[in-house]
Amino acid sequence: MSLIVPTRLWGWIPVFCATTALATVDFVHDVQPILKEHCYRCHGPQKQEAALRLDHKPSALKGSDNGPVIVPGKSAESKIVHALRGSNPKLQMPRKADPLPPAQIDLIERWINEGAQWPDSASAKTESKIDHWAFKPPVKPPVPSVADLSITDPAWKKSRNPIDAFIASRLAKEGLQPSPPAPPEKLARRLFLDLIGLPPTPTDLATFKEAPLLTKRLLASPQYGERWGRLWLDSARYADSNGYEKDPMRFIWFYRDWVIKAFNDDLPYDQFIIDQLAGDELPNATQDQIVATGFLRNSMINEEGGVDPEQFRMEAMFDRMDTIGKSILGLTIGCTQCHNHKYDPISQEEYYRMFAFLNNDNEPWRVVYTTPEQAQRAQILKSIEALETQLKRDHPDWQQRFAAWQAAITKNRPEWTTLRFEDDPSGGEKALRQPDGSILAQGYAPTRSEVKFQVKLDAPTVIAAIRLELMNDPNLPAYGPGRSQKGTAALTELNVEMKIDGKMTKLKFASATADFGEPENSPLAPFAKDKEAAKDKRVTGPIQYAIDGKDETAWGIDAGPGRRNSPRNAVFVLEKPITVKPEDGLTIGLSMKHGGWNSDDLQTMNLGRYRISATATPDAKADPLYGAAGNAFAVFRTTVPEWKDTNAAIEKLWAQHPEGATTLVLDSRDQPRMTMTLKRGDFTKPGDLVQLGVPAMLNPLPKNADGSRLTFARWITDRKSPTTARAFVNRVWQAYFGTGLIDTPEDLGTQGSAPSHPELLDWLACDFMDHGWSVKHLHELIVTSLTYQQSSTVTPALLERDPYNRLLARGPRFRVEGEVVRDIQLAVSGLLNPTLGGRPVMPPAPAYLFEKPASYAPFPWHVETDSNQYRRAVYTFRRRSTPYPFLATFDVPNGETACVRRSKSNTPLQALMTLNETISIEAAKALAQRMQKEGGTTPETQIAYGFELCTGRKPSPKELATLSALMGRQAARKEQLDAPTIVARVLLNLDETVTKE
Amino acid sequence: MKRPALCSRRHFLHANGFGIGTLALASLLERDGLLAAPVKPELFGQARYDLTPKQPHFNGQAKAMISLFMMGGPSQMDLFDPKPMLTKYHGQKFPGEIKYDNLAQASSKCFGSPWKFAKHGECGMEISELLPNLAKVVDEITLIRSMTSGVNNHAQGLYAMNAGRVTAGRPALGSWLTYGLGSETDELPAYMVLAHPSGLPTFSGEHFTNGWLPALYQGTLVRATEPRILNLDPPPSLAGERQARQLDLLNELNEAHLTLHPGELDLQARIASYELAAKMQTAAKEALDISDEPQHIKTLYGVDNPITKDYATRCIIARRLVERGVRHVQVLNSGQSWDQHSSLITSLPKNCEATDQPSAALIIDLKQRGLLDTTVVHWGGEMGRLPVLQNDAGREKWGRDHNTYGFSMWLAGGGFKKGYVHGETDEFGHKAVIDEVKHYDYHATLLKTFGLDHTKLTYKRNGLAASLTDNQGAKVVDQLLA
Repeated sequence: MSLIVPTRLWGWIPVFCATTALATVDFVHDVQPILKEHCYRCHGPQKQEAALRLDHKPSALKGSDNGPVIVPGKSAESKIVHALRGSNPKLQMPRKADPLPPAQIDLIERWINEGAQWPDSASAKTESKIDHWAFKPPVKPPVPSVADLSITDPAWKKSRNPIDAFIASRLAKEGLQPSPPAPPEKLARRLFLDLIGLPPTPTDLATFKEAPLLTKRLLASPQYGERWGRLWLDSARYADSNGYEKDPMRFIWFYRDWVIKAFNDDLPYDQFIIDQLAGDELPNATQDQIVATGFLRNSMINEEGGVDPEQFRMEAMFDRMDTIGKSILGLTIGCTQCHNHKYDPISQEEYYRMFAFLNNDNEPWRVVYTTPEQAQRAQILKSIEALETQLKRDHPDWQQRFAAWQAAITKNRPEWTTLRFEDDPSGGEKALRQPDGSILAQGYAPTRSEVKFQVKLDAPTVIAAIRLELMNDPNLPAYGPGRSQKGTAALTELNVEMKIDGKMTKLKFASATADFGEPENSPLAPFAKDKEAAKDKRVTGPIQYAIDGKDETAWGIDAGPGRRNSPRNAVFVLEKPITVKPEDGLTIGLSMKHGGWNSDDLQTMNLGRYRISATATPDAKADPLYGAAGNAFAVFRTTVPEWKDTNAAIEKLWAQHPEGATTLVLDSRDQPRMTMTLKRGDFTKPGDLVQLGVPAMLNPLPKNADGSRLTFARWITDRKSPTTARAFVNRVWQAYFGTGLIDTPEDLGTQGSAPSHPELLDWLACDFMDHGWSVKHLHELIVTSLTYQQSSTVTPALLERDPYNRLLARGPRFRVEGEVVRDIQLAVSGLLNPTLGGRPVMPPAPAYLFEKPASYAPFPWHVETDSNQYRRAVYTFRRRSTPYPFLATFDVPNGETACVRRSKSNTPLQALMTLNETISIEAAKALAQRMQKEGGTTPETQIAYGFELCTGRKPSPKELATLSALMGRQAARKEQLDAPTIVARVLLNLDETVTKE
Repeated sequence: MKRPALCSRRHFLHANGFGIGTLALASLLERDGLLAAPVKPELFGQARYDLTPKQPHFNGQAKAMISLFMMGGPSQMDLFDPKPMLTKYHGQKFPGEIKYDNLAQASSKCFGSPWKFAKHGECGMEISELLPNLAKVVDEITLIRSMTSGVNNHAQGLYAMNAGRVTAGRPALGSWLTYGLGSETDELPAYMVLAHPSGLPTFSGEHFTNGWLPALYQGTLVRATEPRILNLDPPPSLAGERQARQLDLLNELNEAHLTLHPGELDLQARIASYELAAKMQTAAKEALDISDEPQHIKTLYGVDNPITKDYATRCIIARRLVERGVRHVQVLNSGQSWDQHSSLITSLPKNCEATDQPSAALIIDLKQRGLLDTTVVHWGGEMGRLPVLQNDAGREKWGRDHNTYGFSMWLAGGGFKKGYVHGETDEFGHKAVIDEVKHYDYHATLLKTFGLDHTKLTYKRNGLAASLTDNQGAKVVDQLLA
């Protein structure tokens, strides 16, 4: 065997010998230099090709994406040796350089055979980056003294607001002076735009006295939540559609309203986060707390035919991790799904350890009610209970009668055998078999479908009746049992076929019973109607509709709000019992043809989770107690003829039950999932099982922490969490000043920017936590500072010195966000409909955007016909693949991923929008009318009024003269044209109108 | 106090009574070097973005690009990549493994092209009889027969070919070009997209999204029918001279406001944006209106033939936009019309009839105007098709499934070789086997011909330098360039 021994003096000398019993190879002296010279460039601190890192002992011994590369003691099994030798020329290493001299490879081989001894001291320390400032919990620094600073303005010397002290101290260091305060009307407008996202009216301006009072008033206004909630919705990637190709609408606006309400209620930020991550796991969780978990559900959902649901569940999980990273932690952890973080000390394993907290949930749509609806519902349920109690009181023998009735049912229950099926009958829809023998329909939901199950029999079987159970499941809308947007379903026909005399023959039914069926000729829900709804003759009704051979009729199970999501069962008795042999090809077909026309919208009426079984017992009947869920009495009383009046009264009450809505939430699974690392983030390549955990660089988990989301949520909002409070106060600062104290709000890690005022950031973070994480307190603190209240007028000298206003020697000045541009148009023109909350609205938009093929599937964008057109932009329906053009043009993100910093563009398309877009023009006309109606009697007063509405100040004499001249010229020409509208359109397009100054 | 140059020149122009039509744009002034970007202290670095022309990294030949994007996956073995072996094995079992997208209709029977190939031009390039017009200009094009992107889905294929990676949300090629090079026109958007009358291709806006680049670099969508640009025209009651007066007035007020905020860059940018918007009202209308094109040009493209009319019109518009300084133009199809899973024998010729003549005419026309040397014309989709039958339910139903392991596309002008075929697929046309060009290699090469180094054209995002080729190991394919 040929070996090479290194000598310190002579470099490499080949030696020939017969054994390996030579001087031990020393890793540090002999091997590491080779690795360093040839391998580190791609497998070292900067790059980890194939996830292999050779300068860090644990990583190197763990290996690459393809498994271990160094197997101590076994060079023949060590991929590194094969790669260096080029056993497979295509995989030879180093890839972009000459092969290593054989002598060096021999040395590595020997080192491995000798056990790959690697002293820990010779391993790179990946932990060293933990020293980064942002990974240590913030400590409140002392507030600098302003007394001795070279700041000349006495107000600054007197300011008690610590923000001013930190800013002044930096300004003094830079030899700069703060700007004078903004004029009162500018400050008032700035406060209005910042705190509620709407401009002040001239009356507001006239009554404005001092900032603190106005601040309190604005923070107490419900518009405050709409403004600040919207910014949080960016980071929550909120949208009203599922995303991806089909991009159907989804219902999650309850979450949006919850966010707005949380801001208005000044829900402490730590609680705000806990509710969103784990509200459902809190003791006695309220509906609000459950709704809040929609935060995690804002991920996109792919329902393309043929997609693997697990792949896209994983995509959604990665998205949730990315969102938690950017929005809550202020860290880019998304890249660790595939490999160790290149810059921050988060390992891939640590990523999946956090991931494990979030991996154990069902993803239901939950039925929810507004506050008035909740009260109404409680009242109805109470009244029903009272009526039932009254019945019992009036009929003391009720218990015996009830027991006898129940006993009869129990006694007559036939024995059912769950049928097993040969193959998966799914088309685009996936029929997932469940452990209890039921089928769960998932994925793409066709609106007209016919599934056929081939029954698998082991021996000849007598079948007298078939039972169909419709069951609840957390993966169905409103928990099912159907797949319609309300969790209902319709069965057009049940078809049972088998070979008789060698020919497939449909079996006839003698009867069918069910525990519930809709009244005859019940109309279809509007969402399930045909495109031409008037011509649609289909109806739903009792169970007999499923065996009447008619495609127009179907068994319907919608028992109305409050009761429609109960499990149901139906029994179909064959004309005569029949013996079926395995080779008879018994087939059970479910015909479901009562969905709508657009299978890419929420129009399906398919069954959701169901089980099919058979019995040999003749005359089987559906179990009336199947969906009674502990309230058998409610079923029993309907069977007692003389209780007719009470039953009718109760039905009347149910009819008043509020309809409610659904919203996407989380719901823990009974069986937690195993979490494994995924190689390169590929869901088909699971690696090692991981334990729960958090990155070592952040605060530790409490001892004996369980794996619940609640534990995770409490960990992330712990006072010791180094980045949670900092990330949030930084974003609030960014919203006020255009740039955060750190200009990379998504990344406080080692690759993020350095803060401009590190002590101020830490002070604000600590003060925020000291004040119970009160967001309103933070707002008050900022807007009452002299720093915030400075004039934004910039001198060329200062502009050159500090072009991006990071030192804050002047107040903020920038174009308002897209939503605010729209809201300003609506507010100043008087068109604004200030209604709070509710379903998203569809203002005018070009119809072609929502039709095939601009939209993959036609999308029902029904333009509002009433003042819902003029709701605040926070309520505009957000379709991910067709962002509302006006908002998208003004940089409003489309909700595909979390966004914590919007780009700000100024493009000609924006100019065209505000000049010519439908609502912009309507706003100009409405503003013109408002000027004439409310602005006094002369053109001058009207113009001045409009000017003040738009800009928050009175026009200068020159401006007034210019505008009046225009109006006068127009009027003098006696054209068919509305001079005030022209002026109004100019006013709405002024830079000042869309700029916070 | 030093007065910023912009203000003084602006006010000079204004004082001299120029109306808005002739008032210089802030961007023009910046271009003149009169408005120097402020010196930015290192600590406060935050880039400003604009559309002024930028210096490339080195001298590139290309200045503009027209991408004739064929969403759906044009069938390479029926158009560009003759496979006699496939014809020989027609109807027999394919001797290898195939990755199908649609298993339900999959068949492993070879599907020899029903169309004949012949050599054309001096270079002798083999082209299918379905593309008789392209055949006449083969001496101008580089045909790549070995493209790959690796994921058999439309979405991922599109993201790869159009945005560099198979993941969603990234900036489109045109955004990168305008980000890197700015614009040569101040009357039109730098990046324009021409939609098909039936609507956008699948994944609509993702064809021209700025992704996470600033919105300034997003493609401006031009509709196929009037109004070609939304909101371009004011309502009649506010149009014409009245609007000019309004914009003059708006400008005057904004300018007056600017004097109180000297050097306020956003305000300047807004003034410029209204000026560009105003210019677009005439310039875009002029550029998008082909009625003044001479008859022989219309005939060349096929404007008078109902079958080619739409595509011919849009190809002429694309040329007009490039002539006027637009950096990147995409001419899009609708849906995924090249996605012939079935009925290939009847539907592929229809696609070709509608696009072949206009595409070839674009090359001829650009050349006769001396623009071909500086304009890259790209023709291709997000993938190709399989050599085996899909939907074996009778000849008229035959189709082909997706294939991203080897497909064809062509490029002309802007520094690409003339009369050159690059790469080969295997004997059946399934996989690229010689000189494979991955989507990112193509992008690296394309950027090079524009004078851009794909490793240096980066944008800081999440603390990382993101690029079109994004550390995928892209290599410039120098053989493609003249």
